Amino acid sequence: MISAREDEWANWMRASLAGDGAAYRVLLEAMSPILRAIARNGFARAGVSVAEADDVLQETLLAIHLKRHTWQQDQPLGPWVAAIARYKLIDHLRRRGRRLEVPIEPLIEILAQAPPEETISDEEVRRLAEALQGRQGEVVRAVAISRRSIGEAAAGLRMSEGAVRVALHRGLKQLATLYRLENA
Amino acid sequence: MRTDELIHALAEDVAVKEREPARTLALGVVVGAVLAGLVFAILLRPRPGIVQVADDLRFLFKFVEGGTLALAGVAICASLMRPSGRLAGRAWLLAVPLGLLLVAVITELLVLPQQTWGARLIGVNWMYCLAFIPVIAVAPLAALLMAMRHGAPSRPELAGAIAGLSAGGIAAFFYALHCPDDSPLFVATWYMLAIAAVTAAGAFAGRRYLRW
Repeated sequence: MISAREDEWANWMRASLAGDGAAYRVLLEAMSPILRAIARNGFARAGVSVAEADDVLQETLLAIHLKRHTWQQDQPLGPWVAAIARYKLIDHLRRRGRRLEVPIEPLIEILAQAPPEETISDEEVRRLAEALQGRQGEVVRAVAISRRSIGEAAAGLRMSEGAVRVALHRGLKQLATLYRLENA
Repeated sequence: MRTDELIHALAEDVAVKEREPARTLALGVVVGAVLAGLVFAILLRPRPGIVQVADDLRFLFKFVEGGTLALAGVAICASLMRPSGRLAGRAWLLAVPLGLLLVAVITELLVLPQQTWGARLIGVNWMYCLAFIPVIAVAPLAALLMAMRHGAPSRPELAGAIAGLSAGGIAAFFYALHCPDDSPLFVATWYMLAIAAVTAAGAFAGRRYLRW
């Protein structure tokens, strides 16, 4: 059952790497509750309030996105995702002066748990998105917060689709950097 | 930004393609080796009479040692630059250069009379060795670190150290063209000290530069 789910994820990821945005969205939505559970478990164990665990979730989603080329398509997806989640969790706690000594549970055990619900206390994240400068910031906010497609954002901002694509990608990279510098 | 908004933005960015990490690393190795060769050519010359020693086992061993160290290091780098990459799977590769060195040292001790060991170990040019191997290693270390930054090493310090070890191996390979000291006793001491320094520099750089 669980390994069937991991196989399904791997198929979605392969489709995503081939450029299928719909499969990618389904995959990221399916992974989010589990990544949130990993972050909350880690926060709880490190003795930090779980209210901000969604910061780590978003950081992890960004890292999965920006580093997806490091997944080998003939390998299982689970350990790769778990390694990124673990790295981002430990890195985040380290920046806050906390250490996580206990190893996080294998993904497979977390998959078996009931997924927690999302908390919507994203002031910090919103602030980081606001902090993105210039065109990159405009494009990220237009696409993310206004939920536009590349084409719609291009029309709205009077830019070419190619320029929007480049600005979006650079903006997301910049967002990941801002996260890392936060509390650094 | 809520998580569903972020996911929407990530899905819109799906078309961007990145180069395969192994290819990025291969590019880093090639660029690094070429730059190391250039730095060698600018600063040093091959030793006089190099043709006469071209079939000397001690002379050739220095290239085998540097080469196998670089190859083993790069193979470990290829694993460490992925988030789930472990040292454990490929660490045994380091047994090749280290085993060869051990065999060479023991053979040297067996064939040489004891009173010559000291002179062979000190050699004539150890200060050059300590200075130039790190200098030649700077460019390949930078190239390897840039390549690994494109990946996602979950242990940045270790990844940097192994990049340093590989760069040290590449540098030793080139420096061996100049080096007049051929004894494995010399290699095991001064070459390894110089390579250890580059490894430490790589660990230091990795801790800062290879985070993601």
